[in-house]
Amino acid sequence: MSTETEPLLRVRGLTKHFPVRDGFRSRSAVRAVDGLDFDVRPGETLGLVGESGCGKTTTGRMLVRLLEPTSGTIEFAGRDITHARRRELRPLRQDLQIIFQDPYASLNPRHTVGRIVAMPLQVNGIDPPGGTKKRVQELLELVGLNPEHYNRYPHEFSGGQRQRIGIARALALRPKLIVADEPVSALDVSIQAQVINLLRDLQRELDLAFVFIAHDLAVIRHFCHRVAVMYLGKIVEIGDRDDIYERPQHPYTRALLSAIPDVTTLGPAGRIRLTGDVPTPLNPPSGCRFRTRCWKAQERCATEEPALVRRDGGDQATACHFPEAGTIRQGAGPAAATVEEVSK
Amino acid sequence: MSLSPTEGVALAEIESTGAGTEEKGLVGRSPGQLVWNRLRRDRTALVSGVVLVLFILAAIAAPLLQRLYGMSPSQQFGDLLDSTGMPLGYVGGVSGDHWFGLEPGLGRDIFIRMIYGIRTSLLIALGAAVVTTAIGVVLGIVAGYLGGMVDSVIMWITDVALAMPFLIFALAVVPTFSLRFYGPRDAVPTWFAVTTLIVVFAAFGWTGTARLVRGQVVSLREREFVEAARASGAGLGHMLFRQLLPNIWAPILVAFSLAVPSYVTGEAALSFLGVGLPESVPSFGRMIYRSIDYLQTDPAYVFFPGITIFALVLAFNLFGDALRDALDPKSSR
Amino acid sequence: MVRFLLKRLLLAVSVLLAVSVVSFLMFFALPRDPVTGMCPKNCNAERLERVRTELGLNDPKPTQYVNYMKGIFVGRDLGSAQGGKCEAPCLGYSYVNSESVTDTFARVLPVTLNIVLPAAVLWLALGVGLGMISALRRGSLLDRVSIGLTLTFASLQLYFVGALLLLIFVYSLKILPTPRYVPFLDNPVEWARGLVLAWVTLALLFSAIYARLSRAQMLETLSEDFVRTARAKGVAKRKVYGRHALRAAITPIVTIAGLDVGAALGGTVITETTFGIHGLGRTAVEAVRQGDLPTIMATVLISALFVVVANIVVDLLYAFIDPRVRLG
Repeated sequence: MSTETEPLLRVRGLTKHFPVRDGFRSRSAVRAVDGLDFDVRPGETLGLVGESGCGKTTTGRMLVRLLEPTSGTIEFAGRDITHARRRELRPLRQDLQIIFQDPYASLNPRHTVGRIVAMPLQVNGIDPPGGTKKRVQELLELVGLNPEHYNRYPHEFSGGQRQRIGIARALALRPKLIVADEPVSALDVSIQAQVINLLRDLQRELDLAFVFIAHDLAVIRHFCHRVAVMYLGKIVEIGDRDDIYERPQHPYTRALLSAIPDVTTLGPAGRIRLTGDVPTPLNPPSGCRFRTRCWKAQERCATEEPALVRRDGGDQATACHFPEAGTIRQGAGPAAATVEEVSK
Repeated sequence: MSLSPTEGVALAEIESTGAGTEEKGLVGRSPGQLVWNRLRRDRTALVSGVVLVLFILAAIAAPLLQRLYGMSPSQQFGDLLDSTGMPLGYVGGVSGDHWFGLEPGLGRDIFIRMIYGIRTSLLIALGAAVVTTAIGVVLGIVAGYLGGMVDSVIMWITDVALAMPFLIFALAVVPTFSLRFYGPRDAVPTWFAVTTLIVVFAAFGWTGTARLVRGQVVSLREREFVEAARASGAGLGHMLFRQLLPNIWAPILVAFSLAVPSYVTGEAALSFLGVGLPESVPSFGRMIYRSIDYLQTDPAYVFFPGITIFALVLAFNLFGDALRDALDPKSSR
Repeated sequence: MVRFLLKRLLLAVSVLLAVSVVSFLMFFALPRDPVTGMCPKNCNAERLERVRTELGLNDPKPTQYVNYMKGIFVGRDLGSAQGGKCEAPCLGYSYVNSESVTDTFARVLPVTLNIVLPAAVLWLALGVGLGMISALRRGSLLDRVSIGLTLTFASLQLYFVGALLLLIFVYSLKILPTPRYVPFLDNPVEWARGLVLAWVTLALLFSAIYARLSRAQMLETLSEDFVRTARAKGVAKRKVYGRHALRAAITPIVTIAGLDVGAALGGTVITETTFGIHGLGRTAVEAVRQGDLPTIMATVLISALFVVVANIVVDLLYAFIDPRVRLG
């Protein structure tokens, strides 16, 4: 992917705070997403990865405007859609779709598959050439389902098949960008690969861009061109896949990568086990949010928030005062004082 | 249950929390077909269903029955009464001509009056149930989906409606309603009296359904298929009536089927207190109200209408119960 | 907690105010003229007018409303024709009974409470007991019989059961007196004999709902994980059911009990009519028939107050019984 192309999606300072009523008067907020900046270029796949509760799902929901951002801007194809109303959004809906995590909850149990897949066409008043039924059957075929099944109900399908139905629904309007919110994490491992391969084929065939949200680094590596690592509502590192996986600069990325059960990383680096819990987004730590669990944390980390900056001129940006250097295989293992090494 | 439609609804709510669960493994059947099959295999449902159909047929065919039976509900048989107005013969004048005997005093035939009583009663009960369910569903679904201020306002109105003593209002409003449009001595037409009763029931009866529907919608609102429709740009109408409504039919149907008998009871209770329908219209409540005075002298007069209304309400309750079991296999016996 | 209570109280007050406004508008604005009703036959127009002015019925509607509400909170002077000064809470002066509404209530409320409260104890004990037993013996003959019975009871009509009981116990067997109210302190035996038919009638019908609800809820609770875990851990059956299940199963019953206050008032109207006992229900019916506005207003407001208070109590009990319910 060339850097020069105009981004399809441009996100700047995206923030979501959920107000929490606390006691009698005082009000505080869960800072679920706190100032995200990223771009997605046409046909590109951006992986959004992080532990549960880091704000990835909230981000995905804001991108398709299921949640109203507290601040920041979302530009899609050069237009600001941050606070666009439903009617203004309508033409853009066709370009911007979402696939959900839970294939059991994301299909209306009282509708036939045909109705489910046709719903985006119906609500946008689109009458495709050849009729809705024909289009639905094409879509079902496209995602590898029997087009004769359009009259069946979701409960007659398996989890993987249901997820295919969800994908067909997202494709109905021929979108340019799909937000995939953990599309395979509810599926059996054997089915995961099938669905991922389907998504990859579709991407090539239809020139789709994806924002792919997952907590599974292996899945992300398999599917994404670029990766953004999130921690507590912030992006701590973003860059090309190979850079992130082979030359991670942020300690958190390193810790995440070391948790992948992969023979190649079971070398001298060993597994980094993070101590402590993820702090509450209600009251995140000052300075660098990762410092409470970081083995490199120093005084500066508590006072000064590290900016997401590019180093050595590449595309990779890291928010850390003390970024790691070198490839992961060379094993810049952390000090044993704070981190256990498991694999010895 | 007497005078409290909310109870039936609450019952529907508590016993059918699992609505929307599907049986897996049965291929090629819509949820509706599954329910129908289950219902057909249930003996209680079958029996109560048949009884209900008979009642409804009798109500529809009342004029035909009148012709076959050979007398009208207002016809008086004074010659079959003794000098004190009591029907001659045994069990309140039961005979081959007068199957359920005669009314003491006026000497009208009880059987044909009851056939017409069923007609009146079902008309009002079904009308009221349809209207209250419609109002309750719309308000409940809107409150549940939109939340926020709209929800607060609708729920506040529900609280107010629930706090009003229904019976006292009905007692006051029904007669004044007809006084507004007709003089104190004019005969109030039947359709007007029926409409008044339906309106009064509707004004108070929707709260239970509204609460039930709201609760169901709140639990569905955050489901991903709802978000999927929103993400596709679906409008409010589509969200409420295409996405959400099909998922809450089960409890609504149960609530409806339990509301009907409660309005049968309610109409009879109002007539019993003397405000329901004009004297000229045959009605269960009025018959029982009149019959109480003859409790010692002519018990059969109390017995026949009492048993009939009991059978009607019981059939509805049994059927509603079976329907709930069929709609929600989890709660079955 | 405090915040929750305050919020609920504010809401309750607003509901009561709305009820008072609505009932005021309905009763005072409808075409029935209370004065014609209270006037003896040959009332001429001039006299009617004088009475009307005296009662304040010629004042603008908002003024009448404010005066009425003022009476409740600070008391007011009703004029010589209506017994003069009326202390707060002044519910007005009955046009028909020629006494203050407060006095009427002091007379009839005990009657109704003596009908409803023992009946409520009876129907709760009967209903919840039956429901619990049939849930624990699910599928047994006992269970099926109790399901059938409760549905049958729920389909009965108050006045029909009442009439039947009257016929059997009073007119045929003659083992009970004609229903009436004798104060408990005067003669406990006669108190019970006079009201027992009303209690039984109400209890039969109302217990059905509770039996069905508690059975359903009990079954659901019994199938929940914590009960199964407790059983699997080897906790004695009786202990599990007693401690865990019963507690959870009572929750919905409490809810319905709150809703039932309004229904119970309706129930007493019919019960009192059937048995010819003169309590609050009868008074309300007669007040409506005779257009006795102050009595009607007072009845409406008092029963609305009962409902609203019951709902607050239910919410609190809910949180107490079921810790998952958070207040706020």
